[in-house]
Amino acid sequence: MDWLTTVDHKKIGILYLLGGTLFFVLGGIEAMLIRLQLMFPESNFLDAQTYNEVLTMHGTTMIFLAAMPLLFAFMNFIVPLQIGARDVAFPFVNALGFWTFFFGGIMVNVSWFLGGAPDAGWTAYTPLSSSEVFSGKGNDFYAVGLQIAGLGTLMSGINFLATIINMRAPGMTFMRMPLFTWTTFVSSLLILFAFPPLAVGLFLLTFDRLFDANFFEIGAGGSAVLWQHIFWIFGHPEVYILILPAFGIISEVVSTFSKKRLFGYSSMVFATLLIAFLSFMVWVHHMFTDGLGPIANALFSVATMLIAVPTGIKIFNWLFTMWGGQIRFTTAMLHVVAFIPTFVMGGVTGVMLASPPADFQYHDSYFVVAHFHYVIVGGIVLALFAAVFYWWPKMFGRMLNETLGKLAFWLFFIGFHLTFFIQHILGLIGMQRRIFTYLAEHEGWAEMNLVSTIGAFFMAAGVILYVLNIVITSLKPRNASADPWDGRTLEWTLPSPVPVYNFKQLPLVRSLDAFWAEKMAGNKEMTPAEPVGPIHMPSNSILPLIMAFGFFVSGFGFMYAKHDFANDFVRMLFENHIVSIGGLVITAICMILRSLIDDPGYHIEPEELESKGVKA
Amino acid sequence: MLVLLLSLALAGCSVAEQATPLNPKGSVGEDQLFLIQLSLGIMTFVLVVVFVIFFYVIIRYRQRRGQTGIPKQVEGSHKLEITWTVIPLILLTILAVPTVQKTFALAKDYSEANDVLKVKVTGHQFWWEFEYTDLGIVTSGDLYIPVGQKVFVTVQSADVAHSFWVPGLAGKIDAIPGVTNKMYFDAKEPGVYRGACAELCGASHALMDFKVIAVSEDEFEQWVEDMQTPVAESDAVRGQELFEAKGCLQCHAITPDGKSMGPNLNNFANRDRVASFRPNTEEWLAKWLDDPQEVKPGSTMPDVGLTQDEIDALVEYLYSLDNQQ
Amino acid sequence: MSSHAHLENQPLPAEPERATLEGRNKITGFWLFLAGETTLFGTLFATYIALRNQTLSGPTANELFDFELVALATFILLVSSLFSVLAVNAMHKHNVKALQFWLFATVIFGLAFLVLEIYEFNHYTELGHTWSKSAFSSSFYALVGFHGAHVAFGLAWIASVIGQLFKKGLTTVTAPKVYVSALYWHFIDVVWVFIFTVVYLMGKVG
Repeated sequence: MDWLTTVDHKKIGILYLLGGTLFFVLGGIEAMLIRLQLMFPESNFLDAQTYNEVLTMHGTTMIFLAAMPLLFAFMNFIVPLQIGARDVAFPFVNALGFWTFFFGGIMVNVSWFLGGAPDAGWTAYTPLSSSEVFSGKGNDFYAVGLQIAGLGTLMSGINFLATIINMRAPGMTFMRMPLFTWTTFVSSLLILFAFPPLAVGLFLLTFDRLFDANFFEIGAGGSAVLWQHIFWIFGHPEVYILILPAFGIISEVVSTFSKKRLFGYSSMVFATLLIAFLSFMVWVHHMFTDGLGPIANALFSVATMLIAVPTGIKIFNWLFTMWGGQIRFTTAMLHVVAFIPTFVMGGVTGVMLASPPADFQYHDSYFVVAHFHYVIVGGIVLALFAAVFYWWPKMFGRMLNETLGKLAFWLFFIGFHLTFFIQHILGLIGMQRRIFTYLAEHEGWAEMNLVSTIGAFFMAAGVILYVLNIVITSLKPRNASADPWDGRTLEWTLPSPVPVYNFKQLPLVRSLDAFWAEKMAGNKEMTPAEPVGPIHMPSNSILPLIMAFGFFVSGFGFMYAKHDFANDFVRMLFENHIVSIGGLVITAICMILRSLIDDPGYHIEPEELESKGVKA
Repeated sequence: MLVLLLSLALAGCSVAEQATPLNPKGSVGEDQLFLIQLSLGIMTFVLVVVFVIFFYVIIRYRQRRGQTGIPKQVEGSHKLEITWTVIPLILLTILAVPTVQKTFALAKDYSEANDVLKVKVTGHQFWWEFEYTDLGIVTSGDLYIPVGQKVFVTVQSADVAHSFWVPGLAGKIDAIPGVTNKMYFDAKEPGVYRGACAELCGASHALMDFKVIAVSEDEFEQWVEDMQTPVAESDAVRGQELFEAKGCLQCHAITPDGKSMGPNLNNFANRDRVASFRPNTEEWLAKWLDDPQEVKPGSTMPDVGLTQDEIDALVEYLYSLDNQQ
Repeated sequence: MSSHAHLENQPLPAEPERATLEGRNKITGFWLFLAGETTLFGTLFATYIALRNQTLSGPTANELFDFELVALATFILLVSSLFSVLAVNAMHKHNVKALQFWLFATVIFGLAFLVLEIYEFNHYTELGHTWSKSAFSSSFYALVGFHGAHVAFGLAWIASVIGQLFKKGLTTVTAPKVYVSALYWHFIDVVWVFIFTVVYLMGKVG
């Protein structure tokens, strides 16, 4: 019950980890289905319609329901610890953010059981996705489910920003924050500005699909290209929302396991900000073949190439952090070390894609599929695995098995390159994206697709071992010290796992790499910034779950308002919008209750702190 | 023509089947290959530099057994930061200049030009329509062009977004409803070049291939003449009656410039494919007539419940639509 | 959260909304939220501008809009925003009665704006300018309707704040609510200025 009503950022982080892992496994199964279908030419393992649903759900699930939540798990758990705070700015909203993500994700996936999943690609181009003539009910779930999940993301973005702006411990200036906190901050800025356009796009799509609007109805003057602009103004920053926290993880792990401070800290901060700014200037590079004209194409081409510069700066700074260091190849560091060359490979194909005339060949071919999997899987997923091994002791008080971890890594890494390197070639010999099958007469396609599928089996084996590692470790007793890696940042000053109140006394920060600075000065602990005193904690609440559930119910109400139900009573409920409005009323009532009833919270007294009897 | 096509297919096949973005047979494709190679070259240089530093670092600075102590903590280096900012900028400029130049070059509008073959392309779910506006020819599936001549296509869609791509000759341009896009390309060698749809457009997105068939000028003239003079009479009387009675004529025009909801079937006997992607044989044609959804899921070609007899008659009729007499 | 200050027995500080960490967080968080809302409305404006000429057979912007009505509504909304400024001023002077009065005035004028807008939309539907008529009509109602929904939500919110002031008085807990709801109200007003310009002015003139 505690888990359903918690407002503690640490528990919410763990909930995101669980939810994200669940959807990661779902998305992974969808990936295996794709590869199985494409293993042989003209296979009928999956029929055309099912394949289109699987490929749509693979992309949608992985980006929105796996990668983002897994990153949020770490941002939520670790950032308050790194800045010396006791929680985020809005614990209640934090919980609400999780539950809306969760219910949104369930909604998108329940489509499988209710007539079919969305089938227009994760990009849902109109009018394929917006007109009943061209697509089925599945795309309703896409529009409404993602809308709900997106609300949660936006809330969390605001939460992280306010937390980092207002709640840093005394002495922690912006330029003394760890890079993971910086990238969380900048990524949250991107969320703040990129998710509202997505929300609008999804509203327009919903209105066209459910309420007879005409935004994308060509016959009524609507515009198919309008959707693309709105989607990609969100969609491009989205991929930087994903990669920046991953960059932050890399910075933390590289620094710790090289025993060196991050090389070029200010440049890294500046590069992060520049990447974020530029990410809003490049969206048309997804639309080079739309016929927008050479001026638009040329401008966006140059802007896209420019993003390579701050990204390159980061790569070199990581390499030079390792230069002259003492590198320990723990499992976490192994992932980070593998990230660097892999991500650079993905990045350089990005620069290749930035050239419109060349892109006229690459676009919508497997070359693009190879590029983005290199940066997303080779980039974000490797960084996430690194974070898992790095921060697991802090989160759960246990050390994951290093041997099993390294075995899982090698299986996954080798499989990854087997699967995706060859896809560059497939694209360059003319294989388009999103095709459910191909003819045997295409020279080389069958062999290359087979290799690609074999790689997928390796990756699946790796993932199984990762999960096995977690299961085995969870069965063992707690064995982690507060600082198993000889860390540099504030989270390593706390016990493993972390008590519910985080810091007994908020620390005084005197430098970048706050903990390391104290260690170098001969101190075993941080200097406190306040006396021991009663700690005020926010109360648990069931309202976030109920509010998210209200949105969930309402979504169904709108989607099924015109559905021909067999049962008359049920039809009456939906037709008269009792369900749709009712769901919103549930949410509204919770909001009113939250506003009218002030939460006094509760206090943890100093005696409880001294005895260390308060469990996380 | 069939013999010619066959020999073309055998000779040109080996050429055209291998025509890809990496091995283009058209001027535009060659321009694009240049940029692909230039960018690949520059990026390989970057990769080599990064990989060399990378391998050096992870080998040289591994923690040795028993090694203790704290390495020197280095804040950074202005010189290095400037180096790895300026050099990438220079490399990008080297790539950007020809990129921008070719972006404008490829956008040239030939709609008013004289010595250019103009074709209006319309994407449908799940087939391609080609209208030779100056020649009064409407056809589908096979896009005949003369070798060495610029072809200027205006590309539209009748339903959802598609994308017109001939990987062996040039890049692609999207077919978006409500929008008219333009592209030019040519073929420098004769052959049958694969065309594909490159934008997810529904169930049979993978199955709406087309063919660009590049032939000599004479052969092209012959093809135009063939297309403009359909057979006067067909011997397949029963099939012809069925073609009308079963409603086929409502969707499939058979006159040279007839536009219809479905593909124009004038000169059908000489088409490269049936249903866009299957070999044009009796077997596949019969299958297509018998169960369209099996061959091409999601297709709007209806299943009118033909008997085997009726199918045979229609097949005979369709193959009598042979203008090469 | 040990920095939570228990201020019940102390005199109310000059800026009560900023006196606690919770209050400062709420204000920071809300400015951030408004930044996000800016891009949300920005996207709706872009949609409207892209589609505003696609009227099909329906009435055009020029034919529909009546400046008198719109000018009146604009004036009413701007004045209501002024009232909320006066409300916050009263709050800083710790004058609870005046605060409640000006908040009440804000709500009354806001309601008047909403009534006018509902009348306006109803009139348009009679002229054939309905939601599903064309791309222009859909984008008009999406943009202006979304704004109207924001106004309605704001009115309910401010009304609830008025109620809380009556029940709990002005404290370091209720002060941030007043401040933040006033910020929201100003934002709605600024968006309306853009709507007036882009939709109505440009519709009649451009």
